[in-house]
Amino acid sequence: MQDASLMLNRRAVVRELLRERGELLLVAGLGAAAWDITAAGDQSRNFPLWGAMGGAAVLGLGLALAQPSRKVLVITGDGEMLMGIGSLATIAVQRPHNLRIVVLDNERYGETGRQRTHTASGTDLGAVARACGFPHVRTVCAENEIEGLRSDIHQMDDLFLAVVKVALTDDPLVLPPRDGAYLKDRTRGAILGPDSILR
Amino acid sequence: MTTTMNQPTDHSTSRHWASDIYDVFKAQGIGIVSYVPDAGHTKLINLCESDPEIRAVTLTTEEEGVALAAGAYLGGKRAALLMQSSGVGNCINMLSLVRTCSFPFLSLITMRGEWGEFNPWQVPMGQGTPAALAAMGIIVERVAEARDVRDTVLAATKLAFNSYRGVAVLLSQRLIGAKQFLE
Repeated sequence: MQDASLMLNRRAVVRELLRERGELLLVAGLGAAAWDITAAGDQSRNFPLWGAMGGAAVLGLGLALAQPSRKVLVITGDGEMLMGIGSLATIAVQRPHNLRIVVLDNERYGETGRQRTHTASGTDLGAVARACGFPHVRTVCAENEIEGLRSDIHQMDDLFLAVVKVALTDDPLVLPPRDGAYLKDRTRGAILGPDSILR
Repeated sequence: MTTTMNQPTDHSTSRHWASDIYDVFKAQGIGIVSYVPDAGHTKLINLCESDPEIRAVTLTTEEEGVALAAGAYLGGKRAALLMQSSGVGNCINMLSLVRTCSFPFLSLITMRGEWGEFNPWQVPMGQGTPAALAAMGIIVERVAEARDVRDTVLAATKLAFNSYRGVAVLLSQRLIGAKQFLE
């Protein structure tokens, strides 16, 4: 059984975090995180992954380093983050002030039959991030903490990671575009202008 | 044991081939260089780390560099990934990103497990490197002579960024010199 304290609904959390997001650039890890951001509204500043497991956070690092004047948010799941756990050290060492990572932690591999991830057995990704050198880490378990997190995504001028403990839910699939070349070009177009893809 | 294999085979130029790669990086606007270090890349890493215009990013595993380069390109920056041939296997699934999204991707790979190798543990991945890259759709170039490094890396960089493909340049162990464990 999933821990009964995991009450937050991931779709509601993501919808709230992305409310009035403005120019925020968004990378989502494969699986439920990609469906969640798409359910909140697909758009050109979204770069949802359909694969490359373990790469979401460090892809966000590359984007954040390339675009230091823009805020970059990575939303991913606990299984995806565990596969890229070493990248937390890489990211902390670089400490990009404009990168923020939100891990939606339901303690399960949701897409593959709800097998337990290590976070179900006590692995604390927030503690891992802190030990890697993340300057700001928080674990969010309650609805009244979401607005503060949303505000920090836009206001905070430093690297941070938030683990949001979410319930195991059966959400309808809301799929983003699958064509990777299209996703790449539309995001580049949104950031760099149409010349970046037409020239 | 002989020490002659420690030296680059081409003595016709006093300039180190790593400086030629660095010059190509500068001319081609490479702004982020990530790596898991290899002894063969030491000079190039030092050049990049001392350049304020290049962001040098140390990785915990090579596949991070694939995703990092993709993110950088989304934001309009060119990246290069430096690694040893043993790191190629770590990258395989992440290279899906390059192929599926048509990301330009440039990697310079110092070879182990071939010319004069001392460590048998390096041989399987070293020998498997070209096939592993090719299996993921990466174009593979090889350079064995110091005098060819500049042109090969320049051509690879242009190919990658002009044709939206992954290109790897294998820097042969003969060029770098086999690692010496014994005198």
